[in-house]
Amino acid sequence: MSDKPKVAFYWCSSCGGCEEAVVDLAEQIIDVVAAVDIVFWPVALDFKKSDVEAMEDGSILAAFVNGSIRTNEQEEMAHLLRRKAKVLVAFGSCAHLGGIPALANLWDRDDIFKAVYLDNVSTDNPDGVLPSVKTPHNGEDVTLPAFYQTVRSLDQVTSVDYYIPGCAPTPNVIGDAVQTLLSGDLPPAGTVLSPDISLCEECPRLETKPQDLSLERFVRPHEILIDEETCLLAQGLLCMGPATRAGCGQLCINGNMPCTGCFGPTSRVHDQGGKYLSAVASMLSALEDEDIDSALDSIPDPIGTFYRYGLASSLLRRRKMTSVDA
Amino acid sequence: MSESIAVPQETAAWEPKIVAFFCNWCTYLAADLAGTSRMKYAPNARVIRVMCSGRVDPQFVMEALVNGADGVLLGGCHFGDCHYQSGNHKAARRFRLLKRILVGMGIEEQRIRLEWISAAEADKLRDVMTEMVEQLEALGPLNLQVPDEESSEVGESAESAELAEVTV
Amino acid sequence: MNPADTNGNGQPKIGVYVCHCGTNISAAVDVEAVREFAEGLPGVTVAKGYKYMCSDPGQGLIKEDIQANGLDRVVVASCSPSLHETTFRRATSEGGLNPYYFQMVNIREQDAWVHIDMTEATDKAKDLVRAAVHRVRFHKPLERQRVDVNPAVMVVGGGIAGIHAALTMANAGKHVYLVERDPSIGGHMAQFDKTFPTLDCAACILTPKMTEVRSNPNITLWTMAEVDNVDGYVGNYTVTVRHNKRFILEDACTGCLECIDACVYKVGKTPDEFNLGMSMRKPVYIPFPQAVPPLVVIDQESCIEFKSGRCKKTCVEACAERNAIDFTQNETFDTVEVGAVIVATGFQAFDPKRTPTYGYGVHPEVYTALELERLVNSSGPTEGHVTLRDGRTPQTVGIIHCIGSRDVNTNEYCSRVCCMYSLKLAHLIKEKTGAEIYDFYIDIRAAGKGMEEFYNRVAEEGVHFIRGKVGDVYPEDGDTGRVVLQAEDTLLGRVRKIPVDMLVLATGIEPQADAEDVRRTFNITCASGGFFMERHPKLAPVSTFTDGIFLAGACQGPKDIPDTVAQAGAAASEALALVDRGYVEMEPNTAYVVTEECSGCKTCLPLCPYTAITRVDEKAEINPVLCKGCGTCVAACPSGSIRQNLFEDEEIYEEILGVLAHV
Repeated sequence: MSDKPKVAFYWCSSCGGCEEAVVDLAEQIIDVVAAVDIVFWPVALDFKKSDVEAMEDGSILAAFVNGSIRTNEQEEMAHLLRRKAKVLVAFGSCAHLGGIPALANLWDRDDIFKAVYLDNVSTDNPDGVLPSVKTPHNGEDVTLPAFYQTVRSLDQVTSVDYYIPGCAPTPNVIGDAVQTLLSGDLPPAGTVLSPDISLCEECPRLETKPQDLSLERFVRPHEILIDEETCLLAQGLLCMGPATRAGCGQLCINGNMPCTGCFGPTSRVHDQGGKYLSAVASMLSALEDEDIDSALDSIPDPIGTFYRYGLASSLLRRRKMTSVDA
Repeated sequence: MSESIAVPQETAAWEPKIVAFFCNWCTYLAADLAGTSRMKYAPNARVIRVMCSGRVDPQFVMEALVNGADGVLLGGCHFGDCHYQSGNHKAARRFRLLKRILVGMGIEEQRIRLEWISAAEADKLRDVMTEMVEQLEALGPLNLQVPDEESSEVGESAESAELAEVTV
Repeated sequence: MNPADTNGNGQPKIGVYVCHCGTNISAAVDVEAVREFAEGLPGVTVAKGYKYMCSDPGQGLIKEDIQANGLDRVVVASCSPSLHETTFRRATSEGGLNPYYFQMVNIREQDAWVHIDMTEATDKAKDLVRAAVHRVRFHKPLERQRVDVNPAVMVVGGGIAGIHAALTMANAGKHVYLVERDPSIGGHMAQFDKTFPTLDCAACILTPKMTEVRSNPNITLWTMAEVDNVDGYVGNYTVTVRHNKRFILEDACTGCLECIDACVYKVGKTPDEFNLGMSMRKPVYIPFPQAVPPLVVIDQESCIEFKSGRCKKTCVEACAERNAIDFTQNETFDTVEVGAVIVATGFQAFDPKRTPTYGYGVHPEVYTALELERLVNSSGPTEGHVTLRDGRTPQTVGIIHCIGSRDVNTNEYCSRVCCMYSLKLAHLIKEKTGAEIYDFYIDIRAAGKGMEEFYNRVAEEGVHFIRGKVGDVYPEDGDTGRVVLQAEDTLLGRVRKIPVDMLVLATGIEPQADAEDVRRTFNITCASGGFFMERHPKLAPVSTFTDGIFLAGACQGPKDIPDTVAQAGAAASEALALVDRGYVEMEPNTAYVVTEECSGCKTCLPLCPYTAITRVDEKAEINPVLCKGCGTCVAACPSGSIRQNLFEDEEIYEEILGVLAHV
């Protein structure tokens, strides 16, 4: 029986990138593995849910849960890990903010099922079968988890102690966070483990950003040859940097692409998209309504742009439902 | 027109609730003038005074809608009249972008309204209030509540055929 | 964020006061229900109702309760904050609390006075009170910042209002810049002959004041000058004045007028502006004999030298060694610092071409009142003789009141002076010609000292008064040169058709044509009728919503000379109060950057029209003296790192939640 601290990893509605991020710690992973006892990690190790259920409550030091909550199975696992872990960490944008899967909140479940299972040209489903929680088959009931109407972030189903932001979190952020947690000198519950200041502060291109930026319109990355030294916003690209937490090492900027906002907003902001649209609109030069509309037409998908990762945790959370189950 | 959602409200006679953000120098004074002139209009709005329409953060509008407002009205000075020169221009641009997003989120566009009302235009204020209340009454309550989903309640129905009319 | 408190126990103690305002509020809002409701709100220690919160005993309640109950916050639900926010802040302060621990709720102008159903009005009041109680918990103690005031003042407009204001302040020892766009001060009053009701000669009472302006060492008089730009804020205005081209060197010209005699034009061919086109002038001219400054002007449009460059320039010859004529003169600019500005830009007369019924501009014997003033005036185009265009003396004269006034098609307001000046003109014309005068009126407005008496005198002199608006004016049959005025005499109940030799239209008063541009320059507003808007129609008639900018005279609304002078004195005294005190206290609703939160993203820098935001050490910094408190940068900051005193995000969120709490 080892007395190393126990950690668990779990993935909900996610792409697997966060699991990769843990693996991407590269050499550091050896130190991590050496320092802790991983007691649950479905993608990598063969522990079962029943193993977790058998543990004492609070016996896991930290559970790192990535992915958003889309099914009741994921919610159940979230509650389970909450009970069994002292510290529950929302790992990655999906768990922190809802992530890209939360963009599905622009539709109701019925819309989604119809699009995937019925109206899809590449799906052959002549009987119009839809997934259901219980399907009788050969005298037994085959069950599936229930598919919620609304994608949620982890803290919308249970209390979360810390957030490691990013899609996926970068090695330095993960490394720093793990060190902090292992050190015992824990920050206040609810802290997002990256600097509470926006990305421009650490961006190498900040000096090239003019003090009187005024844009007639925005451009999309494929529309221009992106200069590798100049501030991307100054080039007309809709960089989310000013509205996004720092700490990622500007990997996207260094890849000559604008920030898309995956670290989420600073703690002062209630709604990342709402706040940034205010800044973006202030940057435009248009004065009359027609000119404003024409400038705004250069942002073809404002919700996708401003809420790419944060729709579930935004103030509105989802598109207004057209129908609801009683 | 959306189907009304069966979320229980306490009163039988629902009245639309409007949160209004008025700039101190123009629209707020117009509302005062409507008062001193004893004009009459519907009591559905709750006015929050700000110094300039440029102070209005889109998050305010969202918080209002999410916490029960059926509509939000922004009032500021006409272009060229802003007491602070250009705050209203920022407000105009922010409003138009915010509106695109809110409409994309399924909120009817009459629910968020921006009006330029000068300190002398008390009658315009009264008319805007009246018209907005009428429009909201026709639209019904906003009801942005995201339904709670407990495991036991969801996805019981197995059959495929009955799907409500959906718009994507 | 936790609500700030001064007791250290985490929860401020709030006093709520619901004003009845006599029956103004209590007749439409159940004030006791609101009071009771307030009492039940969390954090409310004291909730009282009172008939007149703004009165001494009302304010006393606040002061006593702060002391007796250890209140941390005060909420008053009463009238509009634009009326009494200062009053209650002061009361709060006198009670021992920081004045910004106060929040006001408007349940009168925006509730009791505009809603019919008492239940709904009361519900609204409750929501608003709840919002204020929520909000005020987050208020912070703030201090008003003191800024020095520049003791110089500017008066824009050199009519009787501007002249009186300038003299008052100059005599108080202040330096005054008097800026007038015409070549001479005097305004419209200089064009009048006699003034009602005393029949004082306008020039006799005006010209001494004009001379005083010129000789007062404290007044810098700039004519042919206009305000180009105003920057700054109360106590510290930077005004750029543009000097238009007179083509005369003001220091050299002695006003001898020899250049006019010498001009190659033997007779004037340009319509004289002062005489409203009823006489001609030469390209070089003096606006009127008593002009101040007593200098000539050259009109670029009609002077041959400008048209061809080959004039003999006999004017220059006549000017000889004074050398005061300069055809190459350019516009110049002066920038001055002043503490306050009085706007006294006057009015324009209604143009009766807009009401073609009366035949102005069509029939030669239809005149405006101002044109008649010039005719009766002895320095006018006819040397004071009231004659028709062909020189004959009229035997019948009609005067129609309310042209361009009291009319939904033109201006709805009453121009206030037309009845009285119509009576004056009736008297003067009758005195000079013995003609039969017919005054067509709707009402005779003769308010003020001596006015009604004057009306009676004129009536006794045999002027005919017909109560009815003239419906049609047409030439009399038979080529007599007369026009027939057709009106219903409503007192007799008969239609009258009265042929007259001369028709005078009592044209109303309108704002100047460029009022909209002028008001933007000074950042003030125009209100009903297009006149500049005063801060409050009763209690603040000479100040505007822009601190440090005052109004005087007809630019604020139609008025006669006594009221104009009174208002000019009032504006001067309020401007004096401002600059004499020597400082102003700025409203502390400024924005500030939380430096450790700022990322230096530069989003805010270009947004401030007052350039209050600069980049210092790679972060944004706001100068609290320049910041005017609009909050635009606060809303724009994408990381939420700028806050606004008195309008913090948390405070506004609390208000939003507060008004919606029951939904």
